[in-house]
Formats: sequence, C-alpha cells, structure tokens
Amino acid sequence: MLKQTTYLTHSYSQPDGYKLSAYEAAGGYSGVKKALSMSREAVIEEMKKAHIRGRGGAGFDAGTKWSFMPKQSAKPCYLVINADEGEPGTFKDRSIMEKNPHSLVEGCIIGCYGIGAHAAYIYVRDELHLSKARLEGAIAEAKAKGYLGKNPFGFDYPVEVYVHTGAGAYICGEETSLLNSLEGRRGEPRLKPPFPAQYGAFGCPTTVNNVETIAIAPTVFDMGGDEFSRLSALHGFNDGGARIFGVSGHVKKPGLYEAAVGLTLRELIYDLGGGVLGDRAIIGVIPGGSSCPVHKPDEIINHPDPRFAPYNGKSILDLPLGVDTFRMNGSMLGTCCAIVLSDAVDPVLALHNLMRFYRHESCGQCTPCREGCGWIERILDKIVAGEGSIEELDRVSEVASDITGNTICAFGDGAAQPALAFVRKYRSNFEDYILNGAKSQTRRLTP
Amino acid sequence: MAFALNAEQNQKLEQILSRYPNKMAACIPVLHLCQDANGAWVSEAVIEFVATKLDLPTAHVKGVVTFYTLFNQKPVGKHQVWVCRTLSCALRGSDQILAHCEKRLGCHVGETSKDGKVTLRTAECLASCGTAPMMQVDKTFHENLTLEQVDRILDSLSR
Repeated sequence: MLKQTTYLTHSYSQPDGYKLSAYEAAGGYSGVKKALSMSREAVIEEMKKAHIRGRGGAGFDAGTKWSFMPKQSAKPCYLVINADEGEPGTFKDRSIMEKNPHSLVEGCIIGCYGIGAHAAYIYVRDELHLSKARLEGAIAEAKAKGYLGKNPFGFDYPVEVYVHTGAGAYICGEETSLLNSLEGRRGEPRLKPPFPAQYGAFGCPTTVNNVETIAIAPTVFDMGGDEFSRLSALHGFNDGGARIFGVSGHVKKPGLYEAAVGLTLRELIYDLGGGVLGDRAIIGVIPGGSSCPVHKPDEIINHPDPRFAPYNGKSILDLPLGVDTFRMNGSMLGTCCAIVLSDAVDPVLALHNLMRFYRHESCGQCTPCREGCGWIERILDKIVAGEGSIEELDRVSEVASDITGNTICAFGDGAAQPALAFVRKYRSNFEDYILNGAKSQTRRLTP
Repeated sequence: MAFALNAEQNQKLEQILSRYPNKMAACIPVLHLCQDANGAWVSEAVIEFVATKLDLPTAHVKGVVTFYTLFNQKPVGKHQVWVCRTLSCALRGSDQILAHCEKRLGCHVGETSKDGKVTLRTAECLASCGTAPMMQVDKTFHENLTLEQVDRILDSLSR
C-alpha cells in the first residue's frame, strides 16, 4: 500500500526548514503541549496506542519500552537518543537531524516526561558534523524560547537536552555499548540483564530510543495515538503509523521517502525509487540495513497465519514492510532502508564488501565474533582471488552459525546473517569462483 | 612536550563538563577538543592532560583513544579525506573514486600525500547511501560524487 506522508519530511525541501520559525509555522511544538498537560501514565498509554515499532532496527514497541521505566526512582532517569546511524544502507536519521531537528527536540521533551527523566542525551556519531550543528542550533533556539529548561511551556517539568559525540565506532549503535561510550568508556556492549531501564546511563534507569522513534512522537500527540497507528496498513500487526523508507544501490532515484507503514519493496523500488538502474533485473534486495538477510525476488511467501492470506503465493517484494511481517517470514525489517542489487552485481563481491565491514567493526570483546568475522573475511579473500575451496565455502556458513547466539550483543548475529544468506542463496556464484575462476560472474559491483 | 589549552578552549572544556553527572563522561568530547587543539592528533601529552583534567587513570584514556577510529594516534596531513567504501557506495562506484584519489594524491589509503596536505582514508558507511558515492573532507560531506568533482575538491585542498 503506497501512501506517502510528510509528518517528518515536510521541512526537507525548504532551505530554512530546520529553523524554529519554519517548524512552528508548520504546527510544531503543539504535540508537546498536549503531552505535558496529560499524566505521565496517559502519555505512555498514548504511545502504546500509536504502535510505533522502534525505528532503529530491533522493532520493539516504543510505548511498551517507556512503560518499563520505574514509576518512582531514587536515582535520576535518563532518555538517551541513539543517533549513531551507521548501519550500511541506512541514512534516515541524519536527514531528520539536519533538516528537521526540532522534531527531535520536541520528541525529547515528550520522551523525558513519559519516562520520568529530566535530561536527554542525543548520542550523535562524530562524523555527522552538520547534524550536530543543527541540533545544537535547535536546542539553543528552544532554550531561548523557554521550551527547554526549568518550565517548558509553563509546565513545572524541567528538561535539558544535550548533544554527545562518539568517535567512530559502528558498535556504539548497540544500546549498551552506546551507554558505555556515553559514560566515557570504550564502546563495548554490556551483558543484559540488567537492562537499561533498571541500570543504564551512569547506573541510572535509562531508555534508549532511535532518532526517528522520538522525532515522530510529537505527531502522535498531535493527531492521537490510535489515529496515527491506523495510518498503517499493518495496524492489525500492531505496527502503526508512518515512517521513513530509504532506498539505495542500483535504483534510478535513490533517496528517502516517507510513507505509511505497509509499503512493499516493489513500491519502494519501482514507484518511489524510479526502478532499477539501466532497467536491469534485480538479483537481490537487502530490506533494511546490511545486517538483514538478502532476498531474491523469486522468494515466495507462504505462511499459515490468516493475516498473510493476501500475500501467500506472491514474491517477497510484494509483502508489506513491517517488523512482524518480515520476522515471521524468516527475515528482518531492520531500519527500512533497502539496498538494491541489480544483475550487474557479483553477489560474491557484495558479501566480501559486507564481511570486510563487519570484521572492521567488531569490537573484539567476544571471541566468536572477533575471530569469526576475521575468518570469514579471509576465506572470502581467498575465494575472490580464485584460491578458495568448496570446503572453505562450507566453513563460511559453519563459522557464521557458530557466531549466531554466542555473543554478548546482536552484532554477532548481524554479521552472521548476511554471510549465511548470501552463501545459501547465491551458492552457484560462489562455486563458480572456486571451480571455474568466476567465468560466469560479472566481477564487479557497479553497472 | 607539554600540552595545554588556551583560555577559550578551557572555557569550552568547562562547558562540556557541565553537561554530565561525572567527569569520566566528558572523556570523548574532551579528547575531541584536545585533538583539534593539537593539530588533529592525540599525543602522549594529550592523553596525560586529559587524564589529569578528568581524574582518570592514563590507561583508561589510552584505552578510549585506541578503541575509537577517529582519534589519530600519529600526526596527519593538513586535511583528512575519507572515502566511504561500504556496500551502497561500492554499488555506485566508490572503488573508482578511491583509486582516483590514490592516483591524484600519489599515496595509498592510510598515508599522507608527499606535500603533507592530505591524509587519505577509507570510511565505513557514513549514512549517505542515498547520495552515493560520497567522501568526507575534514568536517564536510561531499555527495553524489563524479571523478571531476573529486578533482576539484582535491585541487582546492592542495592549494
């Protein structure tokens, strides 16, 4: 179902859209007033009704996450925004921070109130200098107006928002690693439990939310949670509202498109993305960031749940993009930013590229991930150089399976998924490298 | 050689400290501040300075510096160039961009051009996949790159 929306992206085409004046002219800072006039419990209930599935990739319900925070706490509570966007293929949060930073600031006030916090830290990866500047600017503008500080909008609920910078580590997008990094430590993930809602930043109850999850919160209070949720074609899957979809790789119009949840990959690629470069065929689509398994267009949906009846027998490209629709079909929605591979691509080289990334970004804390990612990359080095063997190809899957579930954080699974999926789905391409010196391969990644 | 911040930078440091409930949390932002003040790299003297300022063991600060890729542990060129090479950029020709940079600068990835002006690096996904290929020059993103644009950018850096 293609239904384009502009809740977050209305400011994107205006040169001054990031400024307070533009945001308020478009009706900004009205949702927060409604939220602050409600009780804290009612704010959480409203968020639950909106069925916002976490936009950072894990897809956890945002209102439910807020409800995990203690009702009463002797220690201060914190809201931490994960703006360490770095999942290959994902570029939506940067656009919000650069072009609509006030939506995030407004969302932070609502979030702080909902979870009982008085301070929010926005953890922005260091490379995003424009994002940081725009956020600092938005915070200063909001402070000058009294929207942040001791009495936001006349309510006796002090809120401060701070920008914190990372220093170049993909792993810091993992929430507990991000908390360690925020505390001034090496960004190594923590064991869970304790979960951040009990023991998060500085040992205090903390909620970590993605940029887009928080930036859309003002819209929820503007229009009402239930109405927001019903925008989605997947309301029945408790996957509500609208979100930003991205598409990159071999499409004619790569970019970001905001639409109601329930868009299909085919709509994203052909209707919004303008089709495949050179009108070639698609050999694979990675639905939402590189940690999701790759899909071939000839994969057919076949699920016994009656809610899938309209989609059974169709290609995965025609399945609405939702957290549960994809999870229940053995995939992962991730960040909803798809990477499209046309038939000009050699899938062996695509996996080689991704596994180099994972080897480089493994934090090194857990042995299966630290060593496993290196092994997989080295085996692929050999295969690409024409020196691999079938036995080694099998070892890629073996090593990837051994990483899965055996690490502290989800990075291990995120690294193993692409390896397992690529080798299983494009096995003949890998074998061709080993047996025939890649005679039938394009040996390139560009069209 | 001892390292110190000037009055303005010290004020910035105090401002950073005011944001956090403890001093340790300021470690990464203060390291950035000091790296910028020290000609874009973190020397032993900088590590000592940060450790003293934040009441942290030197080993802690060193641990942080060595964990994160954006802290340079040795001097770099006047400008730093990062070419993104992760999948979305690779599908749009980042390999050619990188090869072109190497040729133009006369150095390999990880090295600095002979005139000391540019240090060439690769980066992993910089959240510009929809505008690939891209590169970051110091604090600026250059997106939807063509080889001609790369030439113009590199020309402006070597001036």
